Amino acid sequence: MQPDSLPTSTTLPSYSPAVREALLAYVVQLADTSLVLGHRLSEWCGHGPVLEQDLALANIALDLLGETRSLYQYAAELEGQGRTEDDLAFLRPATDYRNPLLVEQPNGDFAATIVRQFVFDNFHYHLLQQLQHKPDERLAAIAEKSVKEAAYHLKWSSEWVIRLGDGTEESRQRVEKALRTLWRYADELTTPTLTEQALQTAGLLPDYATLLPAMQAHTVRVFAEATLPLPEGVVMQQGGKLGRHSEHLGYLLAELQYMQRAYPGMTW
Amino acid sequence: MSQSLPPQDPKALTEWPLWEVFIRSKQGLDHKHVGSLHAADAAMAMQNARDVYTRRLEGVSIWVVESRHIHASNPDDAAAFFDPAADKVYRHPTFFEVPDSIKHM
Repeated sequence: MQPDSLPTSTTLPSYSPAVREALLAYVVQLADTSLVLGHRLSEWCGHGPVLEQDLALANIALDLLGETRSLYQYAAELEGQGRTEDDLAFLRPATDYRNPLLVEQPNGDFAATIVRQFVFDNFHYHLLQQLQHKPDERLAAIAEKSVKEAAYHLKWSSEWVIRLGDGTEESRQRVEKALRTLWRYADELTTPTLTEQALQTAGLLPDYATLLPAMQAHTVRVFAEATLPLPEGVVMQQGGKLGRHSEHLGYLLAELQYMQRAYPGMTW
Repeated sequence: MSQSLPPQDPKALTEWPLWEVFIRSKQGLDHKHVGSLHAADAAMAMQNARDVYTRRLEGVSIWVVESRHIHASNPDDAAAFFDPAADKVYRHPTFFEVPDSIKHM
């Protein structure tokens, strides 16, 4: 991969060893999340319901991949062990991945992909909005670049939730089914792990409670327009951010990592 | 007003209508036709145009119009429409002497 256009600092910020370790883990978690969701969306390429949406899905996948690269590059520098962005993406097992469960869920039908995307975008956009003003300069720069993309992603997935919910009987049935399957992964996004709590205490991460009002307001507005009832009483699933994944991630990584595993160090 | 529009082909109603896309580039003053796409309504057409036609920084402004709103001249009329203009040189302002003091003409 070519070096990214984002500034790379030669001197890394001086954090305490504990904060630095937490920051590294968190940057990897963010990168894993974008990579896994970007890969999932790339699976739509050539299979989209219409050409225009095929392109939209691929555009979003590439946006996420761009964010992934900046994050892995930063993680590799923070780690300082000589590993590269490619090593982090291609040579770690599923149990080392720290993405939340939501993003590794299979594409399903178009409605399932849209619901998964909406839940993620709503969190992603509001997180990046605050992250771009936090004191870690590299993370702030990455967030500032990605937040514009995330704003469009959220607009796109919100429009589709509305269209499918308030569309035909078939589309509504499908989006309701997707909500029943996928809403259970929503809370993990805003439930901080010990790593995230450490960074929140250090002031490097926003308190997720401050994201919730805007996220909820957006969900209420979109669901009202989609004439969909808000999901209630859902038993939430957690674990991805701690490395406890569903079976789906292993298959995803097997495909994503195949070339580097079969032909170590290969390039093209 | 919409009743004067050409009716949609019933078969085509199972597909989204066709839209024409016009993009204004950063330097350009006018919107130029760049292509067409399918979309269910204007809002979707706008997003699709963004996704399909502005991925490489082509534009700063988008217009979309449903193709059936465009009334085109009939190619069969081309001779009657355009050929008569070919020998009307007097319609070009080339018979005036431009004074030397006038620049940039």
